[in-house]
Amino acid sequence: MADPMVVVDDLHVVYRVYGTGGDRGNAPSALLRMVRRQSRPSIREVHAIRGMSFVAYRGDAVGVIGRNGSGKSTLLRAIAGLLPPEQGAVYTDGHAALLGVNAALLDDLTGEKNVVLGCLAMGMPPAEVKAAYPSIVDFSGVGDFVNLAMKTYSTGMGSRLRFAIASAKSHDILLVDEALATGDAEFRRKSHARIEELREQAGTVFLVAHNLNEIEETCNRVIWLEKGKIVQAGDDVLGIIDAYLEAAGGEPRVRTTADA
Amino acid sequence: MSGNGSLSGPGRLSGPGSLGDASTQPAGAATVRQGLLVDEPLAQYATRHGLKPSAARPPLFSYIAQIWQRRHFVVGFATARNVAMYTEARLGQLWQVLTPLLNAGVYFLIFGVLLGTNRGFPAGLFLPFLVTGVFVFNYTQRSILVASRVMHDSLPLIRALHFPRACLPLGYVIIELQQLLLSFAVLFLIVLGTGEPFTWYWLLILPVLALQTLFNVGASLIVARWGAGFDDVSQLLPFLVRTWMYTPGVLFSLQALSLTALGALRSHPTIAYLLQINPAAVYITLIRYALLANERAITAGTKPYNYRLCQIYRVFPVRNPYNVAYCHPIVTDTGLWLWGVGWAVLALVIGFIFFWRAEVRYGRG
Repeated sequence: MADPMVVVDDLHVVYRVYGTGGDRGNAPSALLRMVRRQSRPSIREVHAIRGMSFVAYRGDAVGVIGRNGSGKSTLLRAIAGLLPPEQGAVYTDGHAALLGVNAALLDDLTGEKNVVLGCLAMGMPPAEVKAAYPSIVDFSGVGDFVNLAMKTYSTGMGSRLRFAIASAKSHDILLVDEALATGDAEFRRKSHARIEELREQAGTVFLVAHNLNEIEETCNRVIWLEKGKIVQAGDDVLGIIDAYLEAAGGEPRVRTTADA
Repeated sequence: MSGNGSLSGPGRLSGPGSLGDASTQPAGAATVRQGLLVDEPLAQYATRHGLKPSAARPPLFSYIAQIWQRRHFVVGFATARNVAMYTEARLGQLWQVLTPLLNAGVYFLIFGVLLGTNRGFPAGLFLPFLVTGVFVFNYTQRSILVASRVMHDSLPLIRALHFPRACLPLGYVIIELQQLLLSFAVLFLIVLGTGEPFTWYWLLILPVLALQTLFNVGASLIVARWGAGFDDVSQLLPFLVRTWMYTPGVLFSLQALSLTALGALRSHPTIAYLLQINPAAVYITLIRYALLANERAITAGTKPYNYRLCQIYRVFPVRNPYNVAYCHPIVTDTGLWLWGVGWAVLALVIGFIFFWRAEVRYGRG
């Protein structure tokens, strides 16, 4: 049997959101609160993940689907160890690297500096960074923009460069959160190839995408989330996607035989 | 794709599923992978395969080793940030030198010219005294203020890449160190311009700055963890640090306050002692002593104690400023060095452990 890479055991994640609801958050109400010795009443707890358990293995590409707010991104952040669990645990073999749409690196630095510093931060030795640099820039396809500050990049360019940096090192576990959604067709093809490569290097990839085509093409497993719980999970990628579409009120997908 | 052609139902419902579900499900090779669960308690299963909790902080020593391994990142990060800091200003990198100069100018205008706090100083000695104090204090001040926001400001980086988070406050102290070295170039010119000689004593600046840097790293780590937890810290801190700056020893002469007959602290030796051993005053006093020959001449305790000559200073400090050398110092030179080492070690050890203990929480925001 394959080695497990990620074990999620009865995971609960709770966000604490400050300054929403009831309290208007102005100065008088804050003072009143202190006088009455109340602790911030405006803390709202968002129970984003309510008990999930699953196992992912070496070489798996796991697609995570579900509506907005169903806990997909939270799940990835918990696997990456960025959100401590309220209850339960996430076990991983090695470190998980999270790649998200909003993961701006150092906005006011040039693309070049971002590549070098990003690689160094991931623990690559300077010589290795130097060797990998041309292929990273080439893969990202940002071209001459590499000498400009990253805040001047378009959304697509930024996410391409970030993906190129994060995938330069072979991670044991790569978590991709909608990071490929903003890329153009050519980049999407390249990044799929790179994800395949990572899987073959005996890693595990998690992919969150609203584009179900992408999941079908890339993943061998699917987890369908709804309101912080797993609805269905398994190897039957097409079956689960169809069930998800049906539940969401969409038409079942029409596939050519080549797809299946 | 693995044999999905059949019309078999989708993977098993894990439902509200948790540990309980997993153990009650029928065991069997086919079901093991189908529902992405296994037929034994998951925690036990994970441990058996050598998996580690993802949100666990590394042991202290392997954490230190990880930081050492990222040293190129820390230095590269600091240098790149430093260069990028003034890219949008027309004068560009010139601001690295202009900022400390203007700072010194403002304080000289206020304290030297308008308020006239150079009482007790021979003419021309106040400017180097003041500028040294401002530049050295500025190093600690900026390290701490920047550190209070660093974890918050770097959230995208923290969430994108995995690295020991202590690299960030560390990097920002190095940014400030690089700026300090530039302001010291300015300081040397000012000091030489006021007629101070270049002496071997200047070499003593290096160990003092090294100690101050260690202290700043420790203090930054503490403040960085506070700032990551509460935004209020970065709001409140500037006021605390500014108050710290106005304590005697930084901009004002502590000696004039405690050793002269009319000084405000003349009958409060304990307060004078506490003010002198505060880290800012320790490092500033040591740097002044190393850099300024005139300062060495008017430091208490540099000559053997002489009651009569000291009394002359106490009563007529303005006319006999050099007599202060015959008085007992508030803290001896050796004492200052020991306090300097003590503060550095204390801040570094406490700061490091304090920061490390919250390592897994910094991405939370």
